[in-house]
Amino acid sequence: MKCRVCRGPAIIDVRRHNANFCVEHFIEQCERQVTKAIDAFSMIAPGERVLVAVSGGKDSLALWDLLHRLGHHAEGLYLGLGIGDYSDDSGVYARNFATARGLVLHEVDLRRDYGYDVPRAAAATRRVPCSACGLSKRHLFDEVARQGNFDVVATGHNLDDEAAVLFGNVLRWQTEYLARQMPVLPAGNGFPRKVKPLVRLSEREMAAYCIVTGIDYQVEECPMAAGNSHLGYKEALNIIEDRSPGTKHDFYFGFLDRAAEAFRQGLEQDATMLGRCRDCGAPTPSDRCAFCRLVERAGGRLPGTDGQGPDAGTDTPVVLGRRERP
Amino acid sequence: MNVRLRNPSRTVQVQGGRSVAKLLNELGLNRETVLVIRNGTLVPGDGFLEDSDEVELRPVISGGAA
Ligand code: SF4
Ligand SMILES: [Zn+2]
Ligand SMILES: [Zn+2]
Repeated sequence: MKCRVCRGPAIIDVRRHNANFCVEHFIEQCERQVTKAIDAFSMIAPGERVLVAVSGGKDSLALWDLLHRLGHHAEGLYLGLGIGDYSDDSGVYARNFATARGLVLHEVDLRRDYGYDVPRAAAATRRVPCSACGLSKRHLFDEVARQGNFDVVATGHNLDDEAAVLFGNVLRWQTEYLARQMPVLPAGNGFPRKVKPLVRLSEREMAAYCIVTGIDYQVEECPMAAGNSHLGYKEALNIIEDRSPGTKHDFYFGFLDRAAEAFRQGLEQDATMLGRCRDCGAPTPSDRCAFCRLVERAGGRLPGTDGQGPDAGTDTPVVLGRRERP
Repeated sequence: MNVRLRNPSRTVQVQGGRSVAKLLNELGLNRETVLVIRNGTLVPGDGFLEDSDEVELRPVISGGAA
């Protein structure tokens, strides 16, 4: 295999582009794909302050690295989710990455700062952990962005993630979700802009990017993810992709180009003015936001409301199956 | 060769050298979902793995739905 650009020995094949790359030109290719996504969807304007949602995994660290390389002002935000060893280790990867590059990493720890964690919130709401986790993440990214005057929140969702979410939404004809599934959510109603600069890159490319640039990341999976339907969609799409390279890209970008608009039409009454949550001040259509209700149900507390949460003072760790670490 | 797999982390022994594509096939792994690493470097699909190699097959699919 030879590099498409320099004809030197290649280290990776990217079959949907029918191309192979050496290390140097693979990195260049990743930079180009991110630049293309940022430009095509007006994700980040020059000089804007970007808050990168950092999990310690390959996608978010690669994203942070790429934005930094491309000259954007990007600071990280790591959320301690309290998911056993997985969270402890993930935090270490995020901190090491930031320290090695002299980048600013903000941290919020659910247990320390809010008196709950994802396993407890999942138990209290009797829903899959990813739903309480996702709600907490969205709320806290917005809040830290607001407090820190960031223009935009960037997440590491890649092509595989977006294609899998699209696939799930299509299988159930979730037309409202289809209307909102965009690589950019504009700012408004008190929310910062949300962008996904990795939508043109696959999961495999992001892992490869970390390996060739020496980014040490959390390879272990979140124990809460096992067996969820999202993984099933990815698996199904990868079987198709293996036979017909480029399918994931065409599925997702074809949707954005030719179908998304049709779903958005029924949905143009989005101008509802939001009020403010009486507890935390976040924009919300009701009197208290979904996050504050979650914190209460999970037995936590908001910072500054001196702790009635069960964790206040005494730390009661939730024990999860220990995962073997290399 | 020694082949290290992840999630959960374990090592399997494979007798004899062979190409990356053949190894993935035999282990029933979709090439979209793993990377092959030898001495910290990526090995492309047409690369040949020697019997004496220590190889890692690293899964690249993460499961978070949020
Ligand atoms: S897999 Fe689910 S619970 Fe685990 S970090 Fe991702 S969203 Fe949260
Ligand atoms: Zn090259
Ligand atoms: Zn609130």
